[in-house]
Amino acid sequence: MAVIAYREALNQALREEMRRDPDIFLMGEEIAEYDGAYKVTKGLLEEFGEMRVRDAPIAEMGFAGLGVGAAMAGLRPVIEFMTWNFALLAIDEIVNTAAKLRYMSGGQLKLPITFRGPNAGAIQLAASHSQSFESWYAYVPGLKVVAPSTPRDAKGLLKSAIRDDNPVVFLENEVIYGLKGEVPDDEDFTIPLGQSEVKRSGDDVTVVAHARSVHWAMEAAEILAEKHDISVEVVDPRTIRPLDIDTILDSVRKTNRCVIVEEGHPFCGIGAQVVDDIQREAFDYLDAPVIRVTGPDAPTPYARNLEQLSLPQAEFIVQAVQHVSYLE
Amino acid sequence: MSRRNERGKRVLVATKATESDELLGLDRDRLVEMLRWMILARRFEEKAAEMYQMGEIGGFCHLYIGQEAVAAGAITPLGDDDYVITAYRDHAQALIRGLDANALMAELFGRVGGSSGGKGGSMHIFNAARHFMGGHAIVGSHLPIAIGLGYAIRYRDSDAVCVCFMGDSVVNIGAFNESLNMAALWDLPVIFLIENNLFGMGTAVHRAAAVEKLADRACAYAGMEGWTVDGMDVLAVRKSVERAIERARLERKPTLIEAVTYRYMGHSMSDPSHGVYRTKEDVLEHRKKVDPIDHFVDTLKKHAVIDGSDVTQIEESVMAIVAESVEFAKNSPEPDPEALYTDIYYGDYPDPKRRDPWR
Ligand SMILES: Cc1ncc(C[n+]2csc(CCOP(=O)(O)OP(=O)(O)O)c2C)c(N)n1
Ligand SMILES: [Mg+2]
Repeated sequence: MAVIAYREALNQALREEMRRDPDIFLMGEEIAEYDGAYKVTKGLLEEFGEMRVRDAPIAEMGFAGLGVGAAMAGLRPVIEFMTWNFALLAIDEIVNTAAKLRYMSGGQLKLPITFRGPNAGAIQLAASHSQSFESWYAYVPGLKVVAPSTPRDAKGLLKSAIRDDNPVVFLENEVIYGLKGEVPDDEDFTIPLGQSEVKRSGDDVTVVAHARSVHWAMEAAEILAEKHDISVEVVDPRTIRPLDIDTILDSVRKTNRCVIVEEGHPFCGIGAQVVDDIQREAFDYLDAPVIRVTGPDAPTPYARNLEQLSLPQAEFIVQAVQHVSYLE
Repeated sequence: MSRRNERGKRVLVATKATESDELLGLDRDRLVEMLRWMILARRFEEKAAEMYQMGEIGGFCHLYIGQEAVAAGAITPLGDDDYVITAYRDHAQALIRGLDANALMAELFGRVGGSSGGKGGSMHIFNAARHFMGGHAIVGSHLPIAIGLGYAIRYRDSDAVCVCFMGDSVVNIGAFNESLNMAALWDLPVIFLIENNLFGMGTAVHRAAAVEKLADRACAYAGMEGWTVDGMDVLAVRKSVERAIERARLERKPTLIEAVTYRYMGHSMSDPSHGVYRTKEDVLEHRKKVDPIDHFVDTLKKHAVIDGSDVTQIEESVMAIVAESVEFAKNSPEPDPEALYTDIYYGDYPDPKRRDPWR
């Protein structure tokens, strides 16, 4: 097993899938000659040529919709948004078109398309460039939504997303593009969509976290084990829609306490849905109310100190876990 | 192409139908087929209007009556591999592209025998088998899809083309520029066909588009040509679309065609046919002077291609199809409640009823 960065894992996934299936093509801004704004598509133009690795003009709605049309015609497009903030200009094609065409055509159409790019906080780019969109897309029936936290998950899930015959919103994370981790070399390695993973086992409190938040949760779990003798189980849903709630429920039934972490805003966030599922299906197992640690209900600020304050960092998670353990 | 109406407002008037040269060299069968499609679309929609008023059809239902020459002229020259895509005013295109009238009427009725099993309705008609790719109700949203179909054609090195119909208001939305730009940039075989019926709902074209002729917008894209044709003359439309198809097939060049036409009915069945934006007289004048079916019948008679009995025969056969479609729709059951949760995803998906136990 090689140790590679999150961005390389994504690159490998793209390269391997493109070698496997000639119907896959990539399109996005700066993805070809420039190797990608974040170098995820590095070297792919060279190997696959311009028809399959296409630099698009700055026309998000145009090239997102182009992908939808190509998918309707049987190709398997992977559309890169330089960041998901810019996909707001394309959201009509994702929500009104990609997500709805199968239903509105009574099952006549199949939309094997992946929309991918970095989501959530960057570093000091302020409110227009640092937003978490998972609850926007997870709200929409017809879409699948994936948010990997590690290089291994990034590779295995991107391969599955590309092979999936539905529109998939694939949310990466700029801040962890350089994060290294073990990734299987096997070209057949994939991770099915819709499977949570227990990233750390424990007995006392379940912490549910996805994407970058998994790393704060792991850090908090370490602190809690060392300093407070609390054993935390970290569950990473990995796919937000469809959500594998059973793995989360199994954990909660074991620990009887739960904290949910996400970078996005608290109101109508992913955690709100998870809380609903837990109270409906595991109410009797709970020894404390479920607590959420989220980004603030405020736009992301530029100033370094305020931005840092906005993150659902380990320190807050430690406090929340102590709170649900009645140990404050 | 513009004059002032009684209230002093500037209005566009569709140009008088022209004499098309030599029936484009089409044989009798082809010509009669085109006429038949136009009459079928007309009678089908007249019946749909009736069914709407009786409450059998709901929601938004946008009729094409008056504009038939555009769809008939543009779709009849296409081959099986070519694609057709349009907006929500989509019944005529779907029929002419070969959708069974029964499936169309049943879809308008919201019945299981409809083209989408009753889940799309009037604005979302699809017939993937015949490469009729919708039926899109968000203004402008299907232009990017059209160039995606064009991209797939190029990708596969096929010589198919894609005809993308759109209303006149689409030239003002961002997706128009994005799509035409990419089509020109990458030589995509797409024919952008504006159905300029002089209004977007109640807004006259010149109140929304800062351009004299909509086809002039083509000049912003290298290699694209822009033509204006008489959209009340099916042969004029066909002639220009044939030329555009050739450009697309041989040179891979996209074309922008503006067909000037006229809608007789209100914007949709829930709107009046006239009001502040146009007068009743305007509508009557168009119906009387430039009706595309009357004009085509006259042309065909003048060239002795058909006589009165042929028209009667077409009318009768078309009326039988329309009547049958209503019967079919009426007898087709409403979709099964289970259908609420089907066709959302391809393949397996966790049971949505887990969060929705009462429905
Ligand atoms: C993006 C968007 N904005 C507004 C509407 C509402 N709307 C539906 S049709 C229409 C007018 C369109 O006119 P035009 O493009 O000329 O087509 P026509 O109806 O004349 O065929 C409007 C404003 C819509 N469907 N989509
Ligand atoms: Mg119009």
